[in-house]
Amino acid sequence: MTATQDRPAAEIGKDRRRKEDQRLITGRTRWTDNITLPGMLHLAMVRSPFAHANITSVDTEAAKASPNVVAVLSGKDFGEELGACINAWPITPDQKTPVHSPMPAGRVAFAGEIVAVVVARSAAEARDAAELVDVEYDELPAVIGIKKALEDQVLAHPDLGTNKSALWVFDSGEAGTGTDAEAAITEARANGIVIEREYRQQRLIPAFMEPRSVVVDPTGEQITMWSATQIPHILRFALAATTGVPESKIRVIAPDVGGGFGGKLQVTPEEWVAWAVARRLAKPVKYTETRSESLMAAHHGRDQVQTLTLAADKDGKVTGLKVHLDADLGSYVAIVGGGVPVLGAFMFNAIYKFPAYRFECQTVLTNTTFTDAYRGAGRPEATYAIERLMDELAAEVGVDPLEIRERNWITHEEFPFTTVAGLEYDTGNYEAATAKAKESFGYDALRAEQKERRERGDRVQLGIGVSTFTEMCGLAPSRVLGSLDYGAGGWEHASVRMTPLGKVEVVTGASAHGQGHETAFSQIVADRLGVPFEDVEVLHGDTQVAPRGLDTYGSRSLVVGGEALVKAVDKVIDKAKHLAAHLLEASEDDLEYKGGRFTVAGTDQGVAIQELATAAFAAHNYPEDMEPSLDADATYDPVNFNYPHGTHLCAMEVDTETGAVKMRKYTCCDDIGTIINPLIVAGQVHGGLVQGIAQALWEEAVHDEAGTLVSGSFVDYLLPTAADTISFDVVHTDDPSICTTNTLGTKGVGEAGTIASTPAVVNAVVDAVRHLGINDIQMPCTPERVWRAIQGSRAGGATDTPPDAMPHFQEGALNQDEGAGQ
Amino acid sequence: MIPVKFDYLAPTSVEEALSALGEHGDDAKILAGGQSLLPVLRMRLNAPEVVIDLGGIASLRGIRDDGDAIVIGAMTTHHDVRDHALVKEHALLISKAAAEVADSQIRHRGTFGGALAHADPAGDLGAPALALGAQFVIAGPGGTRTVEASDFFVDLFETAIGEDEILTEVRVPKHTGWGAHYEKFVRVAHQWPIVAVAATVKGSIDEARVGLTNMGSTPLRATATEQALAGASATEDGVRAAAELAAEGTNPPSDLNGAADYRQHLARVLTGRAVLKAAGA
Repeated sequence: MTATQDRPAAEIGKDRRRKEDQRLITGRTRWTDNITLPGMLHLAMVRSPFAHANITSVDTEAAKASPNVVAVLSGKDFGEELGACINAWPITPDQKTPVHSPMPAGRVAFAGEIVAVVVARSAAEARDAAELVDVEYDELPAVIGIKKALEDQVLAHPDLGTNKSALWVFDSGEAGTGTDAEAAITEARANGIVIEREYRQQRLIPAFMEPRSVVVDPTGEQITMWSATQIPHILRFALAATTGVPESKIRVIAPDVGGGFGGKLQVTPEEWVAWAVARRLAKPVKYTETRSESLMAAHHGRDQVQTLTLAADKDGKVTGLKVHLDADLGSYVAIVGGGVPVLGAFMFNAIYKFPAYRFECQTVLTNTTFTDAYRGAGRPEATYAIERLMDELAAEVGVDPLEIRERNWITHEEFPFTTVAGLEYDTGNYEAATAKAKESFGYDALRAEQKERRERGDRVQLGIGVSTFTEMCGLAPSRVLGSLDYGAGGWEHASVRMTPLGKVEVVTGASAHGQGHETAFSQIVADRLGVPFEDVEVLHGDTQVAPRGLDTYGSRSLVVGGEALVKAVDKVIDKAKHLAAHLLEASEDDLEYKGGRFTVAGTDQGVAIQELATAAFAAHNYPEDMEPSLDADATYDPVNFNYPHGTHLCAMEVDTETGAVKMRKYTCCDDIGTIINPLIVAGQVHGGLVQGIAQALWEEAVHDEAGTLVSGSFVDYLLPTAADTISFDVVHTDDPSICTTNTLGTKGVGEAGTIASTPAVVNAVVDAVRHLGINDIQMPCTPERVWRAIQGSRAGGATDTPPDAMPHFQEGALNQDEGAGQ
Repeated sequence: MIPVKFDYLAPTSVEEALSALGEHGDDAKILAGGQSLLPVLRMRLNAPEVVIDLGGIASLRGIRDDGDAIVIGAMTTHHDVRDHALVKEHALLISKAAAEVADSQIRHRGTFGGALAHADPAGDLGAPALALGAQFVIAGPGGTRTVEASDFFVDLFETAIGEDEILTEVRVPKHTGWGAHYEKFVRVAHQWPIVAVAATVKGSIDEARVGLTNMGSTPLRATATEQALAGASATEDGVRAAAELAAEGTNPPSDLNGAADYRQHLARVLTGRAVLKAAGA
């Protein structure tokens, strides 16, 4: 199909304001917690205060006697109908995977795990009674932190005999995609440069705006679950697979969902408990978590120790890279928990032509909240490591960090390029993105200012950080996922329905939770089908409305779901053309389709798509060889990932007296192929940048040595607001590298900002103080860590995290315990 | 989260409020804006049976001139304190600190007296009140009494206000014409200060008052610094030398935002900066 080239693209590329925003912003819509059903009961969870303990008794008598309490249930009250929280991506055949009961009867493995549920007529009564449930525990030693876990002295799950869940290895020498990394390192030790570093990816909390919420209605033929989830289709699959209810008896609805960032790419214990309780009591139930519960018990992200060895010749041309990751799974292997660091395996070589590469990932279990996908999922960690290392290499060689990248990157003439990790990058132009970013940033002037401040010995030093990122997104080719032992495919489905009066209903399996699908998809359909933007309605998020789909994550909605949509629209046009030819008594070959209208070439005869929709509905006159319908479905399975890239430049000011850091300028030039809606892209980039910057500077989930989440409220888990950020300079290349593996030429952008920005910021902070002998500052780069690095009181600037936070909300003494933390 | 059920009382006079407090005693909590109390209730860290809201008592709100002092009603919002002409003229330090309390929404809800009575050592108003020698007027069953700032802050979240008493107003001695600056050190804008320094100086420099936020279980005064500044000239070297004494006798907390020794370092640096800015240097 070449339809987009045949007519002006009126909608694609237009700054459409998002049609969904009015209802989302005002809240006059269906959030899960807004849903109230007749006779609905409310749940409150009783959670373990201990990170690791045997449950010795659960006394529910006082809670049951509390006003309007209907039931109090614990793990021992359920059998197999409680189901299990699944791991859908065992990364090796011998992966150690602890059984993950939604509400264990015997042993809890993290602080915050559900041990009992109270059912009452109001949420307040349920919460009051939950405090009356008397659970006795026999506390077990807890293992907290990756390095402790690797020792296998204290076990997160004693029955497994080890904390080591799986070791996943990729070696370019063995795979035939490159040469032997160890040999390259040996050679570089003798005749070149070897950079060895250990970087820490601190644990983060997704902190979506809408807390998780679930409503289950067991009345009726289907059991219906509404959930604030990113993955209604996978959720239905997992409910059926683990609770014994056939899929055909399950309807899952993700109504409007207020953000996820990967944090709602999960099958949660709370959903399973609500499901089991509703079935047991035969009544609708609702559970909405508090923010405290969300921070403590919704999955966390990142949390890796990265041991890195980069080998290069004396000119800074990289000859090999060896990566060893130790990744903290937390207490269980969550739905794709083990796979997240493995996704990074393909991205450590980034935009560079490394000849040799070895990657190892050891996943470990600890008695902490389980971890899983968080915006970027494996790729931010990889990008951080390599972009930090390239800056270190530049410093070692004594050249500008952009120069060292240029010596190693794939030039635009070399695409398509098969990387040392085995991926084929279709298109890209790192030179163009870098040139444009440099110019917009004012790179040379800021370098001159940096030099001047250094020479003057200014109290406030300036640093410039570079991040030339790429990523693999648009998850994903199903066969590739299969080869990685992922439990599902990566296709997406779309349906296009013409209503009798000529409106268009678009059904997509990609369920939005804030991305703007309704607007962007409407633009695509409006252009392709030639109908007004306002006439397109996008339906999603209900397995009864959109029965097929694989949901929204991994920057896949536009590049996979959008492509499915294009294919469905093209089928509608084909059907309409057949009907038009019949009605116009013309040959299909003589018909032209433009602006939503078929015309007979060289005449003024024609028929609009809307008229054809009505004609198909009436079905009074249609060809013998067609069904009276224009509607069409398409399922699209991509043939490759796609590879957006960009050059991000960040200038940071560092107050050398206090260690305070302040962003001066941030420029990003992203090449993401065809842009459907520049306004939505800008929003994705802005939000993504802030989340990445927040990892660099502010956010860190900290458990103390007993396994209690210290950063358990937004007082201590520091989320930035608009007041903490600057206006970003967001540009794109003039001649984008169009994706060659989908019709629209689009590449993903949902995670780009987050993946790119973290190393840009940390590189800038380190660059500001590198002349003082500092080559690393652990994330988040708190003023204290920066100050201590400058003081030189600890080697390399690495600093420990102190254990506890000021109890603003607690009466009693300050907690000044020493020696805890990670 | 949902608080534990409580009764809500909304007295319209101080007498009525005192009577309610006398009746319910330990079981009651006073609501004076709610910017700290409501999170405590919602997180179920406290479960009073009765909440007595002072928001309906008009006499507790407003700022007036009282000879050698200005008087700030306990229920005056941070926003109103910050912008009031009398505060700007006679107690500029308080206006500057009030401007730095949390964010705009909280400044329109939270109250001057409520924040001081809460006595969070990381609160922004204790240090300036202490530095300016404020007097706290406390009403109780037996009438009113006045407590000096130096006696008001007892410990973490603990003041001289008795269980049957209510803070009604704060008298701030006039420091007309004194320069002032509140130097607050945070990682994100809406955060409690890691350390903050409240400095006000007469001339450059005849007299100086320096209060420290979050450097111990109560607001503190950097008296050694104050003494060293008296009669000193407002030069960078002179002020910084005096500021080196600012952390003497402090016992700051250690937490995710910084260990005690780092806070002491910050107190010294920020004191120098605050005094120089207050002196217009």
